[in-house]
Amino acid sequence: MTLLTKDRFGFLARSELIGLVVLALLIVVVLPLALDIFRLNLVGKYLTYAFVAVGLVLCWGFGGILSLGQGIFFGLGGYCMAMFLKLESSSVENTKIQSTPGIPDFMDWNQLTSLPWFWQPFKSLPLALIAVVVVPAAFAFVIGTAMFKRRVGGVYFAIITQAVAAILTILIIGQQGYTGGINGITDLRTLLGWDIRTDHAKYVLYFVNAALLIGVLVLGYFVRASKLGRILVAMRDKEDRVRFSGYSVAGFKTFVFCLAAVLAALGGAMFTLQVGFMSPSFVGIVPSIEMVIYTAVGGRLSLIGAVYGTLLVNAAKTALSESFPQLWLLGLGGLFIAVVLAFPDGLAGIWSTHVAPRLARLTKSGSSTPVVPTGSPAE
Amino acid sequence: MNAPAPIGHQQAPDFLLEIENLTVSFDGFKAVNDLSLYIDRQEIRVIIGPNGAGKTTVLDLICGRTRATSGSIKFKGQELTKLSENKIVLAGVGRKFQTPSIYDDLTVFENLEISYPKGRTVFGALTFRRDAAVIERIEEIAEMIFLKDRLHERGEFLSHGQKQWLEIGMLLIQDPELLMLDEPVAGMSVAERVKTAELLNRIIKDRSVLVIEHDMKFVEDIAHRVTVLHQGKVLSEGSMERVKSDPKVVEVYLGH
Repeated sequence: MTLLTKDRFGFLARSELIGLVVLALLIVVVLPLALDIFRLNLVGKYLTYAFVAVGLVLCWGFGGILSLGQGIFFGLGGYCMAMFLKLESSSVENTKIQSTPGIPDFMDWNQLTSLPWFWQPFKSLPLALIAVVVVPAAFAFVIGTAMFKRRVGGVYFAIITQAVAAILTILIIGQQGYTGGINGITDLRTLLGWDIRTDHAKYVLYFVNAALLIGVLVLGYFVRASKLGRILVAMRDKEDRVRFSGYSVAGFKTFVFCLAAVLAALGGAMFTLQVGFMSPSFVGIVPSIEMVIYTAVGGRLSLIGAVYGTLLVNAAKTALSESFPQLWLLGLGGLFIAVVLAFPDGLAGIWSTHVAPRLARLTKSGSSTPVVPTGSPAE
Repeated sequence: MNAPAPIGHQQAPDFLLEIENLTVSFDGFKAVNDLSLYIDRQEIRVIIGPNGAGKTTVLDLICGRTRATSGSIKFKGQELTKLSENKIVLAGVGRKFQTPSIYDDLTVFENLEISYPKGRTVFGALTFRRDAAVIERIEEIAEMIFLKDRLHERGEFLSHGQKQWLEIGMLLIQDPELLMLDEPVAGMSVAERVKTAELLNRIIKDRSVLVIEHDMKFVEDIAHRVTVLHQGKVLSEGSMERVKSDPKVVEVYLGH
């Protein structure tokens, strides 16, 4: 088999390709066979967070830019999708009991009598899909340009992203008539007439989501393997050296921040489709920090580790909060401390320093893969 | 050896770098005070002076790290004081920092590759391809900086002297017309100093070099002309012989 003999496949190293194949088998074959649709739908939901975690690996792990506000972009993507779905389910015949039929129910409850201008584009699916990508990217571009041009970085940047997440949450909750308020946008039913609440639709959406995630990982590996990936690492190390080598550091930082934002937004849009609603509880500070924890647990230098980290933390969250709801937050905090203190490279670090060498010794395949200290994938 | 290099082209009698009446003030303290300095094409100029004389600040001002309060810096006739750092690099000014400033997490090859003058935009970096020309140029530079057999070693595993050479190499691959070096032999062993002097003498062929250095033996070895700074001003300027016998210089700097 060529898989065992070739070292690189385009921009993918052999170990990365194997890791991708194993992950694809797990989420496309093993999990759908092993789980019922309720559990599989939960896994699908977790995998939408993995989009955010993969973006954070690029932005934080490689680029050294810690954003504590990725919920902003997850939310913007999710809301863009939800606005389209909501308009579709608010047809005149569906809403004829309202005093103004044809507008979303929460608008009617808040005495709005016509659709606000910024909702108009979301009548069209292509425009809504464009908005899923463009709105978060534009927002990230504004934040990134404003911060990075002024050389705001490190912990200050993290705090500002967190503040923006808090502000956006307050804005969404406060503008109930335009956004659905604290309840979010609920009661989403169909996508171009196709009922997204059936088991069949849930299966289809799960596989679309899984395929999209694999695509995002491949994109991540492409960026990582390009010269841009090395410039990100160089910026994390010695920002001034990069600047005095003729690069616009602010431009590169803004790019990777926007890329992470777009990935988060894709996750948000898939979340809305699979879960059937979007609310401010996925935008604010707490979900944003949880997403950073997924990345840290998976290993912030490992794209594929981020996916495992997300799955593991969320599986633990579900298991624990089903039996001991009050213990979960303590468990999450403990996990974060444990990762920071004991396993700074997360699951990926445990894999590459403990599991992989032992596996190599066990199989004695003869192919001694060199242990790369950073950036080695989890599988 | 110590004679100033002749000006290269007849149609370009102007200097490569002209600094005129440059002043920078930090809360009233004038680190550089009404300084004027002219550097020829293909000249090695060494700046010496006691601590706090403003030597590093002058380099910071040229490369855009610090903004001038007043005065002008012209590089090939182009005003640098208003340009951003990366534009100054693109204009042809390269700067080496005092402490070795390389990327620890990247290999020697990757360190050099980042400084290779191609693919400096976001899109350019995404589509940059490591073609034969790039590899050949990196190997050529690596040979010059004595690191040919360590190309795939991570930066953090190099010795202090090797890190200094690597940073000089990163500047060479950029091919700047003006190369600025801040204490390139500080912390080096005697053998490494000799090699560095040899390296500098080899790389000046097509460019001007501005060096800050304390090591007098080293300065004598490489300098065409020497500028002595004191309290942000030029105290003396000329050949090493002349500067050494200047009573003002002896008093503030060389005397003890």
